[in-house]
Amino acid sequence: MLYAIETEGITKKFDDITAVNNVSISVKPGELFGLLGPNGAGKTTLINMLSTMIEPTGGSARVWDFDVKKDASHVRQNIGMVFQDTTLDDRLTGRENLDLHGRLYDMDSKHRKKRIEEVLSLVELSDRANTIVKTYSGGMTRRLEIARGLMHHPHVLFLDEPTLGLDPQTRNHIWEYIKILNKEEGVTIVLTTHYMEEADHLCHRIAIIDHGEIVALDTPEALKNMLGGDVITLELENPDNIPRLCEIYKKDGCASIVSRKNNDVFITVRDGERQIPHVLELASDAGIPIRSVSLHKPTLDDVFLHFTGRAIRDKEAGETERVGYILRARRK
Amino acid sequence: MVRKAANTVYTMWLREMLRFWRSKSRIIGSLATPFFFLVFLGPGFSSSYRLPSGEPLDNSFLAPGLIGMAILFSSLMGGVSIIWDKEFGFLKEILIAPVSRFYVALGKAVGGVTTSIIQGILILIIAWLIGIKYNSLPGVVASIGVMFVLGIGFIGLGIALASKIESHEGFQMVMSFLTMPLVLLSGAFFPITHLPGWLKLLVYANPLTYGVEAIRWCLLGNSTIPIIYSLAGITLFAFFMMLLGGKLFDSMEI
Ligand SMILES: Nc1ncnc2c1ncn2[C@@H]1O[C@H](COP(=O)(O)OP(=O)(O)O)[C@@H](O)[C@H]1O
Ligand SMILES: [Mg+2]
Repeated sequence: MLYAIETEGITKKFDDITAVNNVSISVKPGELFGLLGPNGAGKTTLINMLSTMIEPTGGSARVWDFDVKKDASHVRQNIGMVFQDTTLDDRLTGRENLDLHGRLYDMDSKHRKKRIEEVLSLVELSDRANTIVKTYSGGMTRRLEIARGLMHHPHVLFLDEPTLGLDPQTRNHIWEYIKILNKEEGVTIVLTTHYMEEADHLCHRIAIIDHGEIVALDTPEALKNMLGGDVITLELENPDNIPRLCEIYKKDGCASIVSRKNNDVFITVRDGERQIPHVLELASDAGIPIRSVSLHKPTLDDVFLHFTGRAIRDKEAGETERVGYILRARRK
Repeated sequence: MVRKAANTVYTMWLREMLRFWRSKSRIIGSLATPFFFLVFLGPGFSSSYRLPSGEPLDNSFLAPGLIGMAILFSSLMGGVSIIWDKEFGFLKEILIAPVSRFYVALGKAVGGVTTSIIQGILILIIAWLIGIKYNSLPGVVASIGVMFVLGIGFIGLGIALASKIESHEGFQMVMSFLTMPLVLLSGAFFPITHLPGWLKLLVYANPLTYGVEAIRWCLLGNSTIPIIYSLAGITLFAFFMMLLGGKLFDSMEI
């Protein structure tokens, strides 16, 4: 088997929108693969198709060498899934949740008990295993779900927004677990995220997805190198001047890629620190007032901006979704 | 194959039992209504109402009705709880596992019916402590069998509803428009011998009527509807409801 996951033109159309459009990707065994994209990009839909939760309307996909349409049951046996929203039974204890999972995957009693202790200690929940899940914090809930996804020794683990809505410290913690289980358990991981730092920090390769299509796919380093340099952001007093300024920079040749958003102009230059004076000089020569300047070393956010013309943060609705979910769960 | 199916059913049953055990206070709460009915309504009724046979309408008449009502409530709830599983996500955990949906539904039903029967038996005991005389021990055992079949029927109905209802708001409405008429039109609280035609039609169209009549026959040895018809009624009801519930659950969108 060459690839843990291989899709060919996989597509999902809901009534009037195409959530995933003609996506072809291959993920190697043992790889930690990221799907990075804003809310509504189609990440959840894509991994729901790969995990057989929903059927594709076009194309095909193989997971651990089984066809997701024809051989769903085998695919299921070989994958673990951590959904975007929690799917624990919060009236039961952590251990009971793991035990039921082991039973559903037909693990015998001895094997189940041993594995429960293993995964609990992996996510450092051994001492809270006998308390009701309802009393867990967001981070603990996530960790328990990851542990549960690993219970039955899956070859491929899907993590849908594993750190959505968690505070930075907890997020760092979860990152460490994800790295450890990828390395120590050797499990192939596909994670979705709209946090670029997360994709950057964790993933061997990243597919940037927007409007259901893969717009770029490579290692984080290669993606950032594609931009051809650092990004200078110029905030203008008057957005009407933007087209003229862009024209000037293009003509001058100091900046290779020029794009805009609201009052801001983004230009890509080599060796940003040294280019700032020159860039400002050109603006002032043209009589265009600049309110502020900043310099970024390239990040995946810039890569996203480069490929889609928008910042990934534009669509950050995920947080409120998650909070709404937690509130609903509390009301119960 | 068989072992795997049994394993799925058992796992789902086990979960219902664990949840049931955690909600002890709710179970005690659910016994309050039948308890107060037996303590206050029974003596009140028996002092003023007579059955067509001339005997007072007392607790021994009411108890089978109360058991039927408890089975209805808890079974319907058991089936409909799939809405919660859907809303709070756990259903996804089940549906992504390499198990058959049909056995998942079956396990859920068996779990729900177990909790219903436990509640039915508790009422049976309370009524006995209050002083109701049951006909025979085999009769009592048979009444538990009736509770099982009746419970399966209402769980099937609950699963069918849950597969169609989107959220728990819709569920609230369905529950109040469904349960009260079913209880009041069942002969749980009044004899069904001399009803006006339109009422008789509704009462005889109500599956709970046959359940209550069958339980009454098992416990007390008398009923208006012959036991063979009651049994046929609830068995058919259970069979078709489980079929419907299983089918709708199978085609449910997540
Ligand atoms: N069941 C559904 N029916 C209709 N549209 C859907 C459904 N699920 C997702 N979509 C739409 O598909 C698009 C992609 O959604 P999703 O895969 O959830 O994105 P992401 O996980 O990247 O935020 C969105 O526009 C969303 O509204
Ligand atoms: Mg998503």
